[in-house]
Amino acid sequence: MLIPRTAESRGRFSDDFGDTQKIRDSEKSWNHRHLLDLDDLSLEEIALIHQNAQSMKEILTRDVKKVPTLRGKTILTLFYEPSTRTRVSFETAGKLLSADVINLSSGSTSVQKGESLLDTALSLEATGADVIVLRHSHAGAPYLLARYMTHTSIINAGDGAHAHPTQALLDLFTMRSALGTLVGKKVLIVGDIAHSRVARSNLWGLAKLGAKVYLCGPSTLMPWDLLRGRNEIPNHPFANVEVGVGLDEAIEGSDVVMALRLQAERQHQGLIPSIREYVRLWQINEERLARAGGSVLLMHPGPVNEGVEVSSQVAHGPQSVVSEQVTNGVAIRMATLLLLGLRGDS
Amino acid sequence: MTPDEIRRALTRIGHEILERNGGAQDLVLVGIRTRGYPLASRIAEMISGFETMNVSVGALDIGLYRDDFFSRPPQFIGATDIPFPVDGRAVVLVDDVLFTGRSIRAAMDQIMDLGRPKRIQLAVLVDRGHREVPIRPDYVGKNVPSSFQEQVRVRLQETDGYDGVVISHGAISSVNL
Repeated sequence: MLIPRTAESRGRFSDDFGDTQKIRDSEKSWNHRHLLDLDDLSLEEIALIHQNAQSMKEILTRDVKKVPTLRGKTILTLFYEPSTRTRVSFETAGKLLSADVINLSSGSTSVQKGESLLDTALSLEATGADVIVLRHSHAGAPYLLARYMTHTSIINAGDGAHAHPTQALLDLFTMRSALGTLVGKKVLIVGDIAHSRVARSNLWGLAKLGAKVYLCGPSTLMPWDLLRGRNEIPNHPFANVEVGVGLDEAIEGSDVVMALRLQAERQHQGLIPSIREYVRLWQINEERLARAGGSVLLMHPGPVNEGVEVSSQVAHGPQSVVSEQVTNGVAIRMATLLLLGLRGDS
Repeated sequence: MTPDEIRRALTRIGHEILERNGGAQDLVLVGIRTRGYPLASRIAEMISGFETMNVSVGALDIGLYRDDFFSRPPQFIGATDIPFPVDGRAVVLVDDVLFTGRSIRAAMDQIMDLGRPKRIQLAVLVDRGHREVPIRPDYVGKNVPSSFQEQVRVRLQETDGYDGVVISHGAISSVNL
């Protein structure tokens, strides 16, 4: 989990993205004031975030976990949906960089009095916020804010079922750290993909990075809106994505298995017959995981429903990299905050 | 500087470091990325040739401690890797070119965040003048007076494929000392 202790390590990644030195030397590698989703990012930009995140990991190993870079900058987390991991991860990332972090959850703000999202954000911008990290149940909410902010940067921490870019970035980073490269690697995503912003952002990233993606789960929970026309339309971004219902076949030869949370309400909506049937057909357990490659990574965005999408044994087994994902999340969010170029004059 | 001149300068610096610190006891070298690190490694290798002690070498990236972080475009930041404690050690910072001194200020702030060294000294291959902060080197390979507009760049086998020092005047790249 700690960075490799070789002082001349240039990161453990292969040069997927072409000349890494060129990326390092380029001053044009990052062009965004906001981070809304992965479909906006180029390969070079993803590479830059990953390279910087690798450097950030060392700070987490220090006795005094602080560097002065964002001193005097203010980061606001504005969460309209609950979260443990993501919010604490952003708060930690900001504080390690010496920024001032203020956490708001909608339940304790004037949203309760009926204040709109946009008015809330404009007021926060007027207090001098440099970054607003927004999680909201409506897809597109951070895009609305990005249109109206004049100097505050917006980071999307999850908008409805649409996107969760920092989660995908940390997932991709975790995969690349273990596998070296994602080109040609088989990445299996299992579960309720249609409703998962984590899966959707990962899909964009995995397609860009050349992975072989396989989606497995109930057909009622597949993201047909993204997959439609992938065999007919030329240059379709998801042309090479495979879809299947049978987990036992799908999991063969996988380098990565990503299990998604199953929400109980899918059963109430009639999208799956019962949790028990889901478990029988799609739970990742030891027997199924053994059918994958020997060094398969088991990933999950959290919180894990042990006994539902994964069995308890594999959740805590040797293939699980769930806690690495969480650690990497802090490093990725530090890298993101640094790259947004928090300037009052941009 | 020719490769031989560079080698002799580093050898002399290695001896001077041992002389001023009374040996290699508690001595560590920290190279400032990018080119300070290969220089530090070379000096460490020479020192373990003279004494029979291996001197630890670390790498330090000043990206997070720069005073001009926000006036530059978003950049790659390298990893700092100092896999040993600095408390109570004699830390010799190693860099290729000493110019305004701001990089060294940033490096010292970072070392102090990592612990409390017994002392910090500075070794540079080239001192080109034009200090903007009150920082001075303890060990200098060569003094290279320059005008402020010039660029003085060190090239090393490990990073660039050859050893040399290049001065360029704006768009025209010329003299190889």
